[in-house]
Amino acid sequence: MNNTAEHQTQKLKKPELLAPAGNLEKLEFAIRYGADAVYIGGRQFGLRAKAGNFSFEDMEKGVAFAHKRNARVYVATNIIAHNADLSGLETYLKTIKNIGVDAIIVADPAIISTAKNIVPDLEIHLSTQSSVTNWRTVQFWKDEGISRVVLAREVSLREIRDIKKHVDVELEAFIHGAMCNSYSGRCVLSNHMTNRDANRGGCAQSCRWLYDLFQTGDELDDYSEIPLFEENDDPYTMSSKDLCMIESIPDIINAGIDSLKIEGRMKSIHYVATVVNAYRQAIDAYLADPKNYSFDPAWLDEIVKASHRPLIKGFYYQPPNKEAQIYGEGPKIRKFDFVGLVLDYDNDTKTATIQQRNNFKVGQEVEFFGPATKFVQTIEKIEDEEGNSIDAARHPLQIIKMKVNKPVKPYDMMRKEN
Amino acid sequence: MNLKKPELLITAKNLDEIKYLADSGADAFNIGGDIYGLRVAGIFTLEMIKEAVKIAKEKQKKIYVMMNAILHNDSLNGLEDYLTKLVEYDVDGIVFGDPAVFITAKEIAPDLQLHLNTETTITNAETINFWAKRGVTRAVLARELSLEEVIDIKNKVNIEIQVQVHGLTCIFHSKRSLLTNYFEHLGYNKLLPQESRKKQLHLREKKRPDERYPIFEDSHGTHIMSDHDICMIEHIDKFIGAGIDSLKIEGILHSTDYLVNVTKLYRKAIDNVLSGKENGYLVEQIKKIQPKNRPLNTGFYFKEQIY
Repeated sequence: MNNTAEHQTQKLKKPELLAPAGNLEKLEFAIRYGADAVYIGGRQFGLRAKAGNFSFEDMEKGVAFAHKRNARVYVATNIIAHNADLSGLETYLKTIKNIGVDAIIVADPAIISTAKNIVPDLEIHLSTQSSVTNWRTVQFWKDEGISRVVLAREVSLREIRDIKKHVDVELEAFIHGAMCNSYSGRCVLSNHMTNRDANRGGCAQSCRWLYDLFQTGDELDDYSEIPLFEENDDPYTMSSKDLCMIESIPDIINAGIDSLKIEGRMKSIHYVATVVNAYRQAIDAYLADPKNYSFDPAWLDEIVKASHRPLIKGFYYQPPNKEAQIYGEGPKIRKFDFVGLVLDYDNDTKTATIQQRNNFKVGQEVEFFGPATKFVQTIEKIEDEEGNSIDAARHPLQIIKMKVNKPVKPYDMMRKEN
Repeated sequence: MNLKKPELLITAKNLDEIKYLADSGADAFNIGGDIYGLRVAGIFTLEMIKEAVKIAKEKQKKIYVMMNAILHNDSLNGLEDYLTKLVEYDVDGIVFGDPAVFITAKEIAPDLQLHLNTETTITNAETINFWAKRGVTRAVLARELSLEEVIDIKNKVNIEIQVQVHGLTCIFHSKRSLLTNYFEHLGYNKLLPQESRKKQLHLREKKRPDERYPIFEDSHGTHIMSDHDICMIEHIDKFIGAGIDSLKIEGILHSTDYLVNVTKLYRKAIDNVLSGKENGYLVEQIKKIQPKNRPLNTGFYFKEQIY
């Protein structure tokens, strides 16, 4: 770890833990599980066309929920717009400003100009879609009135420390989640292969498809080509493993990054809660006692339970090598399902009231987890709302009661290995 | 109506190509080096750029130097010196994508023309006006725009607009060394990635056997190019009618012979439009010289995308 001794002598600034929230429920869970801020998408001008996204009404509820808990809400307004996409922008910005969102995340200068005119008091964060990779460009955007720059995923920790030294502006960086393999904003594979516009939210993730690699024949005038792979070789792909910096929280914080961002507005509640929970614990542990901090492998175990891809450290320490790509089928990953949400707990009877989120039955091993909860137990008995004993919870959102081995709290989750 | 004569711009891979293409009717050239230039047709050292300007001036052509790289901190060192040299050589302009280049150029080289090219993200008039206010003199439009959108943009801005009319386009740029990674994964080295461009590699997606996407790796990472060459020679009149200022032929991965012929045909096409003559027959002549493995199409000019 770099400069640990030097940093221990000064008070560390507490960075923001920033989580994705694809909808209102995810927003609430992200904050309950420890996010200091969330980013969401509205129905327009965002890049995740398929992430539920927020109506103005939900946005209002989300902002109220967040502000009551001292959390902030940022709205992704990060489309790379064509002329026609910009109609309605002024009204949209005024509306979300009135709702009280704390900032917008923007990639297109067209939206920056409009926001500066129409809602001058609204903070603007520059999106990672702008691929900012050096301090002079950070300075440029600061001078344009940008209050925070979300750095490109391609910068290293050394580069971030250098940027911080040169420019006094808030820096945000991704610490966890799926990665574009390209410089963000500089990939139109999807446009060319499927006619879906990647920079306006239509990305088909063509980088994760399988390809064969050839050397083109010498004669340009014929179709000859030489395969650069043998029959049983893994096909070429650009699919990236996912970023995970849980083991490197001290380096991240010491680099001076102001906001630590988790990717994934499309991800499930289980994912958001699990990942946020782990990072919350690691960050708090480090800030509480930097000198005696040690990494707890249980945090990584938790994260792995919510992950679908193997994990890497991105560009932070070295450029991604062959280990950063997913070739062939990739390693098998244990999958866990979110099966129940704790609604209530009766300490006298040691009974939890649980809302079913996925099938589970008597005899299965489940794990309870939450901001202050973590244990595994076998389900011995399930009762429905009328007190009838049932062998399984089969119905979506069904309310059941079951005995638990340790106390649980509302909003704790119950998961089960798939 | 009095039609404005657009510039015919082309890339050049070496000094000889500049001479040949200038004599074939090109008005201006994009050239560049390997540190600040991305996907240049061929690497020009500063010495060569100096020589290129001399050749161009003699023939009354223009030189715009590609400085369109996405810069990391380390490559900021030397940026001032490089720009100072370009001013000394009297190049006409630079092409940039990263704001770091833009602000440095405004300080060091305030008289240079500044062409904004981010490849994929210059897609609306407001964005261009944002940059125009700050001193950008030309915007290079993303190729993923329709012709109608291009014309609409031109009507709403007051700086020069450049569009691509012919050749490949970059559709993917990663900082990762994806070919090196793949070869290392397979555990054998069929080819050095540095040779990937010279040897002409391509990808075929499993479900799209007819599409071949050129791919190469260099110090900036990995680049994938379109499977088709854009060819808008039949529609040159529409760009000229809209007052588009510069029409670009991208020459990367094509031979000098091919580019000489293509340049002559586009020269003819532009001159035909300006003198009110028919143009349709020229596309047939391009088809005759087009490499079979590089099909032609009209890019996104007549397509509707979904999102």
